[in-house]
Amino acid sequence: MSKAQNNEAVTHRLLKKNRSSAKRNERTGKIIVFTSAAIIIAATIAITLFLGYKGLKTFFVFDIDIWNFLTSTTWDGTSESGAFSFIFGSFAVTFLAALFAAPIGIGSAIFMTEIAKKWGQKVLQPVIEILVGIPSVVYGLIGVTVIVPLIRNHIGGLGFSLLAGMIVVGVMILPTITSISADAIKAIPIDIKDAAYGLGATRWQTIYKVIIPAALPSLMTAIVFGMARAFGEALAIQMVIGNVKGLPDSITDQAATLTSIITLDMPHTTYGSVHNSLLWSLGLILLVMSYVFIIIIRVVSSRRKI
Amino acid sequence: MDKYSYEVENMNLWYGEHQALYEINMKIPKNKVTAIIGPSGCGKSTFLKGLNRMVEMVPGVKVAGKIKYNGEDILNPNYHPEELRTKVGMVFQHPNPFPKSIYENVAFGAKIQGIRNKSKLEGLVEKSLKRAAIWDEVKDRLNTSATGLSGGQQQRICIARAIANEPDVILMDEPTSALDPISTLRVEELIQQLKEHYTIIIVTHNMQQASRVSDKTAFFLNGELVEFDDTDRIFSNPGDKRTEDYISGRFG
Ligand SMILES: Nc1ncnc2c1ncn2[C@@H]1O[C@H](COP(=O)(O)OP(=O)(O)O)[C@@H](O)[C@H]1O
Ligand SMILES: [Mg+2]
Repeated sequence: MSKAQNNEAVTHRLLKKNRSSAKRNERTGKIIVFTSAAIIIAATIAITLFLGYKGLKTFFVFDIDIWNFLTSTTWDGTSESGAFSFIFGSFAVTFLAALFAAPIGIGSAIFMTEIAKKWGQKVLQPVIEILVGIPSVVYGLIGVTVIVPLIRNHIGGLGFSLLAGMIVVGVMILPTITSISADAIKAIPIDIKDAAYGLGATRWQTIYKVIIPAALPSLMTAIVFGMARAFGEALAIQMVIGNVKGLPDSITDQAATLTSIITLDMPHTTYGSVHNSLLWSLGLILLVMSYVFIIIIRVVSSRRKI
Repeated sequence: MDKYSYEVENMNLWYGEHQALYEINMKIPKNKVTAIIGPSGCGKSTFLKGLNRMVEMVPGVKVAGKIKYNGEDILNPNYHPEELRTKVGMVFQHPNPFPKSIYENVAFGAKIQGIRNKSKLEGLVEKSLKRAAIWDEVKDRLNTSATGLSGGQQQRICIARAIANEPDVILMDEPTSALDPISTLRVEELIQQLKEHYTIIIVTHNMQQASRVSDKTAFFLNGELVEFDDTDRIFSNPGDKRTEDYISGRFG
């Protein structure tokens, strides 16, 4: 065999090897990607089934009346217990936090996208990223040491309250609402802003009459995302809300949420007891609510006009 | 009354360091259609956006010279651009209706000027849509979204929206470049009808269009106004060699 022929044979072999290894790589890649997707789906289904099984035991094994469970405000770990105070607490914190965070979040989003783009990108954007990265427990600590005494001294009550929860959780969901809103406003085509300016609209008129209405479905999505996060928040809220079982009379009253009661009570229950099962049912409510939030987000964002 | 809607004197314009317009002098007659032609990037849109001060939205823009609109210099710092833009309407290259109903689109300008009277608004919307020759097509669905219409219909809604401000000048930047031939023809017919009421300044890269719709034609090249004359003359007997080269398709 001549040298040239030999070379050619080697090249051929190399190419063939390359091609078959490319094929193998592709197959490996596919397997990895499909497996990952399958794991995520399986995990979601498993969590749902597991929580459903554990949470429904309360009603089917311990024979607790589901209506009583949802409406009663007594919570003593017996079969007479009901979760209404916590359901109320969770919803109250969620809505109040959204009420507090939505205007500020959307306002900041407008500021950083329409008013002061440079400043917004240089200062506000990093601030928001830092806010996202701060762990929940730090928000709780600041709440306990700053917000709670502030409320106690200036508004009244013990300080541990719905109001403290609303502020702490509101600040926590602020970056979520701001960044989703900012993305939504950035996605509004420049064309329709030009149209407004071309008709003699001022910057504020353009923001109020064109940009906000056009971005509205996405802004609603941003708020619901924030609310979903608020609903599931546990640690920080537990540190500032007081965890008193029963309905609060006012916004400065102590309260409790589904999450705070689960984290608080779980270590004190025995596995297989009614009390333990009741806590699983609270968890099931949280899961159902996160499904509800997802459905709301889906419905709202499908209304997008642009 | 003046014969001219605009008298532009020694207009120079820079985007930052880059000069886009050089020493433009141009008197644009009232109630006529003036076409602006020239190769891409020669400054047609820039000039047009200078006439309603939309060009100021670009950061770092500097304009020098005088732009007199109905005898008043609009570059005067005391002149409100918003007020100017209610009298000088603009139609853009891509139809850009708001994602609102047809009615809300047309009533937009009046509403931001504080007109709330419902029957007044309804009358204005009807009149404007009629003038933009689209009333018959949309009168039964004024409350449906304008973004659902065809491109040509959207562009006529945008024209109606500009008309509803009761302007005296309408600026159009390649208003048919995104439209099909039939829609283009309809918009061209509309322009002919509109010049009775408005001064129209239209940028176009389509020379047939310029010769079909306009009374006067301005030829821009590299940020300079090369020639400005009656359209007939520009297309039959241009005064400048560069104009002749351009209209005979020798470049651009
Ligand atoms: N927003 C802008 N920023 C910087 N330069 C611009 C901008 N818009 C246009 N230019 C420049 O100004 C010149 C004229 O552009 P334009 O007026 O859009 O031309 P035409 O409409 O004739 O195609 C071009 O060189 C272009 O690159
Ligand atoms: Mg252009």
